[in-house]
Amino acid sequence: MKAAEFLYERPASVAEALALLADEDRDATPLAGGQSLMPMMNFRLAQPGTLVDLSALEDLRGITLSDGMVRIGAMTRYVELVRSGVVADHAPLLAMALPHIAHAAVRNRGTIGGSVALADPAAEMPALLLALDAQITVQSAEGTTTHGATDFFLGMYETALEEGELVSEIAIPVAAPTDRFAFYELARRHGDYAMAGVAVARRDNAHRVAFFSISDRALRAFDAEEVLDKGGSVIDAVAALAELPYSGDLNAAIPTKKHLSGVVLTRALEAL
Amino acid sequence: MTDTQTISVTVNGETASAAVPVRQNLVDFLRNTLGLTGSHVGCEHGVCGACTLEVDGAMVRGCLMLAVQADGAKVTTIEGYGDRAAALRAAFIDRNALQCGYCTPGMLASALEYVEGGGGADRAAIREHLSGNYCRCTGYQSIVDAVCDVIEGESS
Repeated sequence: MKAAEFLYERPASVAEALALLADEDRDATPLAGGQSLMPMMNFRLAQPGTLVDLSALEDLRGITLSDGMVRIGAMTRYVELVRSGVVADHAPLLAMALPHIAHAAVRNRGTIGGSVALADPAAEMPALLLALDAQITVQSAEGTTTHGATDFFLGMYETALEEGELVSEIAIPVAAPTDRFAFYELARRHGDYAMAGVAVARRDNAHRVAFFSISDRALRAFDAEEVLDKGGSVIDAVAALAELPYSGDLNAAIPTKKHLSGVVLTRALEAL
Repeated sequence: MTDTQTISVTVNGETASAAVPVRQNLVDFLRNTLGLTGSHVGCEHGVCGACTLEVDGAMVRGCLMLAVQADGAKVTTIEGYGDRAAALRAAFIDRNALQCGYCTPGMLASALEYVEGGGGADRAAIREHLSGNYCRCTGYQSIVDAVCDVIEGESS
């Protein structure tokens, strides 16, 4: 299918982009890599009045290290993360998960900020950021705000982003040598959206366990984290997943999601 | 602010200028406006890979990029690979890796990026790289064989 009619703008600066997004008459939607938004537009699930293409905003690209954080510009493409030595050395959980995020042709265009802003419940990146205790910086015409990942993903395609705001940067604490990370997903075809997936981080014996594709959003399994923090077994950690707010999808009903959550957590913990 | 914009794109080495509806995707522009029908249209939501082509040296989905976004870019389609893909073309034919041929332009684009990127004759790695391309005839074995042949031929 083809996208419905819209108007297209490719601003040359972040300020110009923010002004376009703040213009209520335009019904504007930002276009990052387009690898999720374009399909949604082709299906007519999204019909923006104006598409604000962010691809010329070089200020929003790049991967740097500062103040103990790996700082990633929102318009940084997945392929740049794949090739980044900084990511490989200092954000190993991302490096581990990147090959599972879509296919090479999609990683060539898709951006980290686009995935974060869209908050697809089946996407890997929101769960990765939850496990990593990442900070998400958003900009608007009024200024800059930083959210913790745990407070950012609110529901299905719903985030703390407000009208007229743009995700500008994702900051991830640099991994210490003693930190341990694991990632596991079950997908029908490599690179497809998972039927269930999990990202796990262990830092100073504190665990963060974040699931995707099992609920209406990426979410942390706080009960399982507590079990693991206290030195509980894998079986106990899996048992602690029972109360998560599961939701089914086209691939699997809730009982299957529950089962698969236990499977992916078990495999991730075995690899930790 | 308009729903049509004029773009200038270098396609297979030749510059083309055209006024395009901003909602038109790149693969439709190539096929319908420029008559380059080698790139195929399959699912139109980025899943099947039939429209895979090269933009500024990176393979992309032609259905997930707007033609207007290609303004100023260099696009290479199956019609324009020339000698770069000669070995792959020959191997696809030798291995009967084409079958119906619908997926072939996208498969070739993906395989070319893998081979040119220095990928090894590792069947699992090749499968992973080509995992974004569907073959409706399920001819995956012979496609992987063809890619392996090219890599082994070049490394020997």
